Amino acid sequence: MTAAPKQNAEDYLRMYRQMVKIRTFEDNANQLYLDAKMPGLTHMYSGEEAVAVGICEALEVTDKITSTHRGHGHCVAKGAAFKEMFCELLGKEEGYCRGKGGSMHIADQLNGNLGANAIVGGSMGIATGSALRAKMLGQSDVTVCFFGDGATAQGLMYEVMNMAALWKLPVIYACENNGYSEYTRTDEIAAGEITARADAFGIEAFKVDGQDVLAVNALTRDLVARCRKGDGPFFVELETYRYHGHHVGDISRTYYRSKEEEADWKANRDPITLFADWLVNEGVATKAELEALSKAIRAEAAEAVAYALEAPYPDGSEVSMHVYLEAS
Amino acid sequence: MRSITLSQAVNEAIAEEMRRDETVFLIGEDVAEAGTPFKVTSGLVEEFGTGRVIDTPIAEPGFSGLAVGAAMTGARPIVDLMFGDFLFLVMDQLCNQAAKAHYMSGGKLNVPMVLRTNLGATRRSAAQHSQSLHALVAHIPGLKVAMPSSAYEAKGLMKTAIRDNNPVVIFEDKLMYQDKAPVPEEEFLIPFGEANILREGRDVTLIGTSSMRQVCEAAAEMLAGDGISAEVIDPRTIVPLDAATLLESVKKTSRAIVVDEGHQNFGTTAEIAARISEKAFYHLDAPVIRMGAMDVPVPFSPALEDLTVPTPEKVAESARRIVAGELIHAL
Repeated sequence: MTAAPKQNAEDYLRMYRQMVKIRTFEDNANQLYLDAKMPGLTHMYSGEEAVAVGICEALEVTDKITSTHRGHGHCVAKGAAFKEMFCELLGKEEGYCRGKGGSMHIADQLNGNLGANAIVGGSMGIATGSALRAKMLGQSDVTVCFFGDGATAQGLMYEVMNMAALWKLPVIYACENNGYSEYTRTDEIAAGEITARADAFGIEAFKVDGQDVLAVNALTRDLVARCRKGDGPFFVELETYRYHGHHVGDISRTYYRSKEEEADWKANRDPITLFADWLVNEGVATKAELEALSKAIRAEAAEAVAYALEAPYPDGSEVSMHVYLEAS
Repeated sequence: MRSITLSQAVNEAIAEEMRRDETVFLIGEDVAEAGTPFKVTSGLVEEFGTGRVIDTPIAEPGFSGLAVGAAMTGARPIVDLMFGDFLFLVMDQLCNQAAKAHYMSGGKLNVPMVLRTNLGATRRSAAQHSQSLHALVAHIPGLKVAMPSSAYEAKGLMKTAIRDNNPVVIFEDKLMYQDKAPVPEEEFLIPFGEANILREGRDVTLIGTSSMRQVCEAAAEMLAGDGISAEVIDPRTIVPLDAATLLESVKKTSRAIVVDEGHQNFGTTAEIAARISEKAFYHLDAPVIRMGAMDVPVPFSPALEDLTVPTPEKVAESARRIVAGELIHAL
């Protein structure tokens, strides 16, 4: 990690806090699944925290994101609250989507989150359209389109990157390459270099260590500033790793990746550990301070989970609400 | 009242709404200078510029997806899908994204977009440019589906579609673009979910969507010569469907024939016939008859293609038989 001035201590600690919040959220979500308290299943973001936080910390609340089925990290990083998120995961009325979307569809438009999407690559059009809208209005808002390496195999990506490049739209395509497309190694599904896909359209493309939150943040700040000046679109490949399986139920996965590989990433490339070490070495915070911060977040999460477990389900009458928006 | 073509009516509706609301824009293949292959959007780019009349690459899922995102963030895009057959290309963006965003987000997001496209066979364009696929999208909750049957409906329904807060798919019959009808010069809108009774009758109700309205009207004229009084109704929108008007008519006539250019199997005719059978069963003197397009891919040869769609002669023949009380199995 690069050295940085200590006057940014507050920014660093906020980034750290956001990363710990994501990990803590996921630990609790996984436990809810294991305890059979959560309907359905979910896809863990643990291990990829530096990507969502590094990027979203470079955005304003008015900037937009689109998210994926592995979207809790993006949601937290863009400013969502634990209580409404856990309520949504449990299908409760007070959830972000009143229990109608669940884990894979959380939308938080007040914070600029246009929604997670359960179709792999399905939000690429939405993100690009959001950027088109900003450009039409003459606004400087930037849209970040999060997607995984698996989504690079979808045709929609090439259609919208072509238009984004032709029309110089303020969109950043953020490819979270966690090495696996569901249960298949990425090198088995993606020919050539990931960034070469953007090169083909004349879109400037970057590859960055997705475990290094400061590197991700510095690059994104630069690209966001350039997008606001009309230099977009951009493409970023973020090299990262998902600690869990494709979803919470994917526990026997040695047929596609080794336990040694997983242990190596957790021991040597954990984004939170790396950043914590850096914060301590740079004198931004002490170990004790960081542990106190984590403890407070764990307490906050426990409170939100307890609240969500007790919260009411939506009334049956809501089943036919929100199919259409009638004139107001 | 002046008469204008269906093409002019659509053009006027879009232009009026673009003048009225600057969030409205048009996007699709060759919608600007070319004005589409059917010349429906000619002149719009000259008035509104390339910033609001946007030519795209040939990438239907891509530009439909852009429209969903623009609509979610406050615009009212009109997507021009050159042929209805290309709906199969945009199904994810339309049915998984646009149709569901409002519901999945618990009402937080909404997608006020219009997808205008076409239907209709007998243009000698074969199986990939002749389909009438409205039933596919009518099946998906969250979408509204309008089917204008003349220039008048085309204008009034398009203006309503643009102002609607939901994704609306509007199907124009591509064989009717040059057909003229009286259209007022002053502004008007046609509300969704209000069927139009075009001709009153006592003996049989003929329900016709889009250009099948004209088929039903012609059949009614033939039947009048035989002393059979046919009522003709155009639903105008199939989602929402004005079932009440249809049921009221069938309760009066006791017989119904539903005519639509989509394939008959699992189609619009089946849905309407089922609703009538469920809600007006004891008023019926004959089974409700479905007349859709034949369940074959649309053939090229005129000798074959013309066999696939309902005609006034076929509709009139069916009406005569059910009015005469003939066994329906003989049809």
